[in-house]
Amino acid sequence: MSTLDEELQAEAEESGAAAARSPASLTAFRRGLSGVTIPILTAILAFIGGGLIVLATGHNPLTTYSSIFDGTGLNWLFPWVSGSERATAAGNLQQTLIQATPLLMVGLAVAFAFRAGMFNIGGQGQYTLGGIAAVWVGSSFRGMEPVLHVLFAIVAAAAAGGAWAGIAGVLKAVTGANEVITTIMLNWVAIWFGVYCFQLGGPLHSSAHDMTTTPVSNTVVNGAKLPVFWGSAALQGLDVGIFIAIGFAFVFAILIKRTRLGYEARAVGFNPDAAETAGMSAGRTWIRVMLICGAFAGIAASLDILGWKFDLFTNDVQTSQIGAYGIAVALLGRNTASGTTVAALLFGALLTGTSNRNINLSIDPTLVQYLTFMIEGLIVLLVSTDVITLRLIKGGRQLGLAVRRRPAAAAAPGPDQGGEK
Amino acid sequence: MADSAPPVLELKGVTKKFGSVVANDRVGFDLQRGEVHALLGENGAGKSTLMSVLYGLYSPDEGEILVDGEPVQIGSPSAAIKLGIGMVHQHFMLIDVMTVAENIVLGQEPVRRGGVLDLKAARARVRELSERYGLAVDPDARIEDITVGAQQRVEILKALYRDARILVLDEPTAVLTAQEARGLTEVLNRLKADGTAIVFISHKLSEVLEVADRITVLRRGKRVETVARQGATERSLARLVVGRDVMLAVEKTPGKPEHALLEVRDLCVDDDRGLEQVTSLSLTVRGGEIVALAGVDGNGQQELVEAIAGLRSPESGSVTVDGRDIAGRGVRSATDAGVAHIAQDRQQRGLVLPFTLTENLALREYRAPQFSARGWLRLGHMKERAQKLLREYDVRGGGPEAYAAALSGGNQQKVCVAREIASDPKLLIAHQPTRGLDVGAIEFVHSRLIAERDRGRAVLLVSLEYEEVRALADRILVIYEGAIAGEFPPDASEEELGIAMTGGHARQAEEVNG
Repeated sequence: MSTLDEELQAEAEESGAAAARSPASLTAFRRGLSGVTIPILTAILAFIGGGLIVLATGHNPLTTYSSIFDGTGLNWLFPWVSGSERATAAGNLQQTLIQATPLLMVGLAVAFAFRAGMFNIGGQGQYTLGGIAAVWVGSSFRGMEPVLHVLFAIVAAAAAGGAWAGIAGVLKAVTGANEVITTIMLNWVAIWFGVYCFQLGGPLHSSAHDMTTTPVSNTVVNGAKLPVFWGSAALQGLDVGIFIAIGFAFVFAILIKRTRLGYEARAVGFNPDAAETAGMSAGRTWIRVMLICGAFAGIAASLDILGWKFDLFTNDVQTSQIGAYGIAVALLGRNTASGTTVAALLFGALLTGTSNRNINLSIDPTLVQYLTFMIEGLIVLLVSTDVITLRLIKGGRQLGLAVRRRPAAAAAPGPDQGGEK
Repeated sequence: MADSAPPVLELKGVTKKFGSVVANDRVGFDLQRGEVHALLGENGAGKSTLMSVLYGLYSPDEGEILVDGEPVQIGSPSAAIKLGIGMVHQHFMLIDVMTVAENIVLGQEPVRRGGVLDLKAARARVRELSERYGLAVDPDARIEDITVGAQQRVEILKALYRDARILVLDEPTAVLTAQEARGLTEVLNRLKADGTAIVFISHKLSEVLEVADRITVLRRGKRVETVARQGATERSLARLVVGRDVMLAVEKTPGKPEHALLEVRDLCVDDDRGLEQVTSLSLTVRGGEIVALAGVDGNGQQELVEAIAGLRSPESGSVTVDGRDIAGRGVRSATDAGVAHIAQDRQQRGLVLPFTLTENLALREYRAPQFSARGWLRLGHMKERAQKLLREYDVRGGGPEAYAAALSGGNQQKVCVAREIASDPKLLIAHQPTRGLDVGAIEFVHSRLIAERDRGRAVLLVSLEYEEVRALADRILVIYEGAIAGEFPPDASEEELGIAMTGGHARQAEEVNG
């Protein structure tokens, strides 16, 4: 979002006063397309790009994509899919939604910071802290009222993630430290703190396991698990976490549009000078926004822990890629609630669809796995240069317009020629 | 003497329009070898535009440019450099982390065989040039470590390194201390003696009289007159600069000042670089009067306004609004005390351009109970009020849901004015409230300010325009170098004000008048 605005501003300055209206019209155009349209169009472009690569390696992109599609479980939506195929599809779709849940929450954590003019790279660390808090609360306090226990674990995770992000917010507000740097650094601190917690003999290392076995946390007690509502809990069916995440997408939208904090965040994000002139404190706003971002990322981890993971290995802490995916999701979703939701579903589907076990054996599994990275890369590329995407779409429209007009102009020269300009 | 030789540079009938605004209207200008020719005029008189045409930044709509008597087309700055034209911009174009020598040769680096940069040759050349013209700089110092005056010398050396025979200096003394300015004068004399022709852009009368051989005065894009330094006085120049054009006449009765609403006492304010811009300044604005702070840009107006509006903490002194001391307590406490502030730069400070008009109109008061409660915005109320204000202030170009970026400058300014006045202030600061506006919008803003005065508000108008100051003010305070240089009644003559604004002595002018 901010890149586009800068781009437009630079463009307006270049072409001078005469073009003063063009950024506004492009802004309006962009807003008209915002929400879910742009993410989908961007993804389609990325898929076409990925398809070309598959083609170049001598494989058939259509079979590859159709097998990925089946792997996502989205074929469950087709009524003609039945029998065992349908059961597989249901399982896959559950996985897709399970994957989408934390992607959406971390995406929101990145998107909210973006709206206030900050780049939150710290989703990973905030998620990690949230996970540590959730697994600790979830595996302790045995015998607590289940609903309360779940709530307690989620709130603890939100607080831990929020506090972690809050550090970056305070540093930015007080010392002017760039949040990109501080959040990246805090990620590493968080990851190694997590390793320390769950390593053999660590403070949160499982008490059930022998000291010589695996570096893992205690397991979340049954009362603190999120209920599974689709599929079997034993087979990692879909828990209610996805609804909680979608609920938070609504919270995000309301926060941005209807609250004082959202208004201040957007004002500071768009134009800190004007916000300051109006009496807002950029620093205070940054801190508050980061607290909320961190809370979103922390909740993401709690939904994973309480929904299907139930425990944390040091290995999980070290290999998780959720922070990077969250950035891609927010970028693709253009930092709106609806866009981020769609983008999270798309990335969830992509991750599930390309994971090896779902791929039919006639297709090179390595290629498919790398295809995920390629498509992801293309999406980020297209989003960060989203002016290109916009131009492509807009250019296409103008072209269509011109094509339609040309015969008219040719048929009736004279007055119509003015319109050709 | 050298009357037969063609001028080094001649501009004939140069016209440059931006939309409907004529920035240069058939301007003629010529420059002889070894001469300093000053271009004098108010902000927006067209000085910079003319020089941008010369430097290839704008192409003129009409007119021609002759160098050594030959007509030339200057399509870009590099074409201008090839013709021997060098420009020292007001804002330096230097790379902070590179050394003086590196900056000077940048783009035309001496290279040894194989394309290796020959820094030794660069340094030697820089040394030679700097000794020849008395432009003392250390070739190995980094730009960020040297003073502004030295940076300016680097800019001049940059032009000389590119063999400039024509040197354009855009308000060169604006950034210099008095001592540095004297040094610059010496450099200019040496350059002159060497045959370099210099265009010296300025709006300060005294320094123009000091350095220039001839002076061309521009007013509203037109050349008024070219005079020789001999025989010119500050007074005669001031008259040429200000002109005798019709003023904007807004109906106005004499003010009825009540008790003091703004009292500034011994205020000292530093700018971002830590330089004192406002020096022990005191002023009073009473309810029911418009006090105009007149002055040339950069004499501390910005810092003073920021200090009163709560955007900048003063180093010392007090700012009292209706009995409440607000100095250094932030924007909110100023707002709560009843200060409204029409910011100088509406796009950068006044508005959030990607916000809707509803959102923009709420910026000052969104925390008031009628617009938000317990952290929730009352969007309905915000929109209702926006609708009312847009109607009342005749803002065209979109309703409450339109984006501020989509509005024209005049309508954007109306939004700013509407918002600030609607906050029902005791003190209204209007900082250049009509900059860049057309006549209709100017009139509208002016009549609004007078209406506020008539409702008993205190209005502090900060303006660079003589016409505006004289049309609105009940009292005129002239600010010069961060202090009040004098108080004048609204019927003060333009020469009087002009001289005070440029550091001259008003009394002398009076004596001459008498």
